Amino acid sequence: MYSFEYQKAGSVADAAKAATGEAKLVAGGMTLIPTLKLRLAQPSKLVDLGGLKDLVGIKAEGGGVTIGAMTTHAAVASSAEVKKAIPALAALAAGIGDPAVRNRGTIGGSVANNDPAADYPAACVALGATIVTSKRKITADDFFKGLFETALEEGEVITAISFPAPEKAAYMKFRNPASRYALVGVFVAKTKGGVRVAVTGAGEGGVFRKKSFEEALGKSFAGSALDGVKVDAKGLNSDIHASADYRAHLIKVMAKRAVDAAK
Amino acid sequence: MPEGTGIGASVRRREDARFLTGSGTYTDDINRPGQTYAVMVRSPHAHAKIKKIDKSKASAMPGFVACFTGDDMKVGGLPCGWLVKNQDGTPMVEPPHPVLAQEYVRHVGDIVAVVIGETKQQARDAADALVVDYGVMPAAVSLKEAVKPGAPQVWEQAKGNICYDWGLGDKAAVDAAFAKAAKVAKLDLVNNRLIPNAMEPRAAIGEFDRATGDYTLYTTSQNPHVIRLLMGAFVLSIPESKLRIVAPDVGGGFGSKIFHYAEEAIVTWATGQIKKPIKWTAERSESFMSDAHGRDHVSHAEMAMDKDGKFLALRVETLANMGAYLSTFSTCVPTYLYATLLAGVYTTPAIFCNVKAVFTNTVPVDAYRGAGRPEATFMLERLVDVCAKEMKMDPAEIRRKNFIQPSQFPYQTPVALQYDTGNYDATLDMALKMIDYKGFPARKEAAAKKGKLRGIGISCYIEACGIAPSAVVGSLGARAGLYECANVRVHPTGSVSIFTGSHAHGQGHETTFAQVVSEKLGVPLEQIDIVHGDTGKIAFGMGTYGSRSIAVGGAALVKALDKVIAKGKKIAAHLMEASEKDVEFKDGKFQVAGTDKAKTFGEVALTAYVPHNYPITELEPGLEEQAFYDPLNFTYPSGCYIAEVEIDKDTGTIEVARFVASDDFGKIINPMIVEGQVHGGIAQGLGQAMLETCVYDKDGQLLTGSYNDYAMPRADDFPSFEVQHSDKPTPCTHNPLGVKGCGEAGAIGSPPALINAICNALGVGHMDMPATNEKIWRAANAHAARAAE
Ligand SMILES: Cc1cc2nc3c(=O)[nH]c(=O)nc-3n(C[C@H](O)[C@H](O)[C@H](O)COP(=O)(O)OP(=O)(O)OC[C@H]3O[C@@H](n4cnc5c(N)ncnc54)[C@H](O)[C@@H]3O)c2cc1C
Repeated sequence: MYSFEYQKAGSVADAAKAATGEAKLVAGGMTLIPTLKLRLAQPSKLVDLGGLKDLVGIKAEGGGVTIGAMTTHAAVASSAEVKKAIPALAALAAGIGDPAVRNRGTIGGSVANNDPAADYPAACVALGATIVTSKRKITADDFFKGLFETALEEGEVITAISFPAPEKAAYMKFRNPASRYALVGVFVAKTKGGVRVAVTGAGEGGVFRKKSFEEALGKSFAGSALDGVKVDAKGLNSDIHASADYRAHLIKVMAKRAVDAAK
Repeated sequence: MPEGTGIGASVRRREDARFLTGSGTYTDDINRPGQTYAVMVRSPHAHAKIKKIDKSKASAMPGFVACFTGDDMKVGGLPCGWLVKNQDGTPMVEPPHPVLAQEYVRHVGDIVAVVIGETKQQARDAADALVVDYGVMPAAVSLKEAVKPGAPQVWEQAKGNICYDWGLGDKAAVDAAFAKAAKVAKLDLVNNRLIPNAMEPRAAIGEFDRATGDYTLYTTSQNPHVIRLLMGAFVLSIPESKLRIVAPDVGGGFGSKIFHYAEEAIVTWATGQIKKPIKWTAERSESFMSDAHGRDHVSHAEMAMDKDGKFLALRVETLANMGAYLSTFSTCVPTYLYATLLAGVYTTPAIFCNVKAVFTNTVPVDAYRGAGRPEATFMLERLVDVCAKEMKMDPAEIRRKNFIQPSQFPYQTPVALQYDTGNYDATLDMALKMIDYKGFPARKEAAAKKGKLRGIGISCYIEACGIAPSAVVGSLGARAGLYECANVRVHPTGSVSIFTGSHAHGQGHETTFAQVVSEKLGVPLEQIDIVHGDTGKIAFGMGTYGSRSIAVGGAALVKALDKVIAKGKKIAAHLMEASEKDVEFKDGKFQVAGTDKAKTFGEVALTAYVPHNYPITELEPGLEEQAFYDPLNFTYPSGCYIAEVEIDKDTGTIEVARFVASDDFGKIINPMIVEGQVHGGIAQGLGQAMLETCVYDKDGQLLTGSYNDYAMPRADDFPSFEVQHSDKPTPCTHNPLGVKGCGEAGAIGSPPALINAICNALGVGHMDMPATNEKIWRAANAHAARAAE
């Protein structure tokens, strides 16, 4: 770790103002702190969102839920509101990392980080979530820009994420045997606006929507509807853990299982 | 003996309270006054010439204390402990192993310089500022590539990157047997490279005493005396009398902390230069690229059989990766700890094994839980399954047909070892019963109904432990003796301190060794202290590896205890005015046979130190005895493991449905601790079989350099293993406890059981480890395609 200045933010505005230039926001620190320990980043200052009470908590609204950016994965996993409105989202949160990670890591940090193998981005995209920031509201489709890249601008703080409730949804995660992040994760949601399918872990550019699945499932929301749909391995990751072919195959298997498990 | 504390009792591990409450003292917990911090500057390249090292920026950094490179530190090289000879009788190629790189770096992680700072952060900052100019060279990385003509040379003197070309067995007899064989089974296999991953990363603190000129090294070692010998005599030329090595609590080793590492020599040498204590603690990513790795073989094996499936001859060719330098025990692992085990539990009359050890631009490879024996067992137990398939025989039946029978012991194998005792049918029968072998077809059918593929796999292992008879290993090239030493100090009030050369780093010696003492002396456990891990306290020792602690260290302890009892009898006889030969020692009492005259152990101890009424002209006061024990033979634990798996064809995921173990460890001191050792060993073996593998890219970059990419097994990957000890155990015939050792068995026996089960489920001939989900998925698809034809 290199040495840095530490500032505890007093308000979101305070944080937004401080988090410019070489300064960085810190939420749960589950991603950022290891990066610092490995000396892969050298921020001049860490601006801690930890004390901001208004960023913590889950509100049921209009059938859906709005989750404060500093809400931990453990809180989402055990929330009665989330379990009621979107059980698939609670289950997803329960499957992130290990207990220590779930007790520290936050939804805001996960979404801001946009790790291509993280779970939440798939939920945001498939459920058509809205990312609420200190400046504006961004749809999930516009928010995730590529590997570790988002639409966030300098000094922009995520404050909450709003998830409309789907009719049915499920997330199926095939874990990387080493990291246990998603090797392939597929979130399927049957929403008022149609079926949305988002895939994480597999794409070279991070989370993506699987339009051919959405079309097939739009016609018939059953796993078997995907039988005839081909998944091209082009654009998928190939690494020491899985070839692109295997990932392509898993996308379909996980999608079918998600559809069949959706509730 | 106090109730339930002697041999055979499942006493709870006394050391665990300390470990589980964070009150242990590990090397990194130790802080010496005025301590500075060392950071190793490591090569980012697999092979390069060091063109220039510029210290100017680094030395201007705040808190900078010192920086040393290979040019500064001209000391001896790290020694290799075992000379292996080529088939033509010439010695192996033994290149230098500099402590700090000299002119070239030969693997990613090779140490180029040490930077010392007042704080750890300052040392890191200064290390970041050290400028090293490298001329990158092509690297030889994988075994198969390194032996190809024209491959980059790791060492000029090792042509074709060959360290040695060694053979064991009677080649002519093997060729003759193959010529008349009815059937031959063949197998190509890889034993995947592993990264050890002890829970505690390595650490070392060097401290120089200006008053006495003494050096102390605190280090994460399984064998402090070995480190003192190697570092003192070969590297730094410090006499033993001036060098103390302390290996305090050590958080796991699995072999990786046997070896003498450069960092130990660096902090010890450098503290002499700067006259301040220096601490180095590995970061986890440093461990990945600097702890000696394990396994890494590529082999071809063939078994010749008669028409009934009786083994006639075995022929094996193996390439074994040494990495870039010869680590302490590296050369004996794929030879004397590997080829000697190729008879397994079978009567195969002729065996020949050729091993070529190969240099590559990778981290040195050395002993890792099992060391050579897992490689032999995986090879043999896989090949036996291929034989069964070839003969259309049941895998259990072909094994039974070829077992060495109880009546054949002592049994001389064609590969140098003489097994003293064993009963292989007993453990096979037990395991078959535990798993309900007969019920397997029904379970397979039930699984098929759920769309799953179920398979079963057997492995009958044997290992050679209790390392080792010094004269035997000496004749085979070992450069050390492999006895053990124990000292029993009885204190005036009858409490006892045991000083043992067997180091404990998770095995539970503080409990088991105390049980042996409690059994022999009748002293309660609370009054027995087991001291280990400090050359300043312990007379001598060869340390812990090769499942040798109880078999060799325990035997030394028994010898020393017997000496204490013998002296105690003399004292007691004097006190009771009896003849020494009439005095018996039983249940903590010296008793005149046939009378009720007795003296307790405590009374005798007190008399030894308060010798008012004492045979002073014949006997010295005090009650302290020491013994060395050099084993007469190896010990031969054996057993049978059976795995049952269920495979999801759609994803290639595998569920280990059950795993049963039946082991024959001879006499058992603490059944619970032994069971624990087997559980841990199996987890490690299944980790190798299912998940773990070290991957380098073609340039020699380590792709599995962290837990993000190196798949360690977790508890939820496995069921709870069903572990039982043989109901017909065969105690070792040549050590006083009848014990065989149990530390490595699980890791040795389990990989082939799992792979055999997977191959059985998929109907394939072989699958290399780790059996990843993708490999299984591909094989299952091919299986489905075959079935459709
Ligand atoms: C062992 C381990 C296993 C894990 N497994 C998984 C897994 O299976 N699936 C998974 O999805 N994730 C996993 N993670 C990641 C985990 O979910 C992290 O918690 C998450 O990615 C980051 O959240 P955080 O609160 O810790 O953020 P931090 O580490 O504090 O920050 C991460 C980044 O986000 C920025 N940031 C944080 N909060 C905000 C905000 N409100 N507005 C704008 N920017 C912000 C920070 O500046 C930083 O760049 C794992 C992590 C670990 C250590």
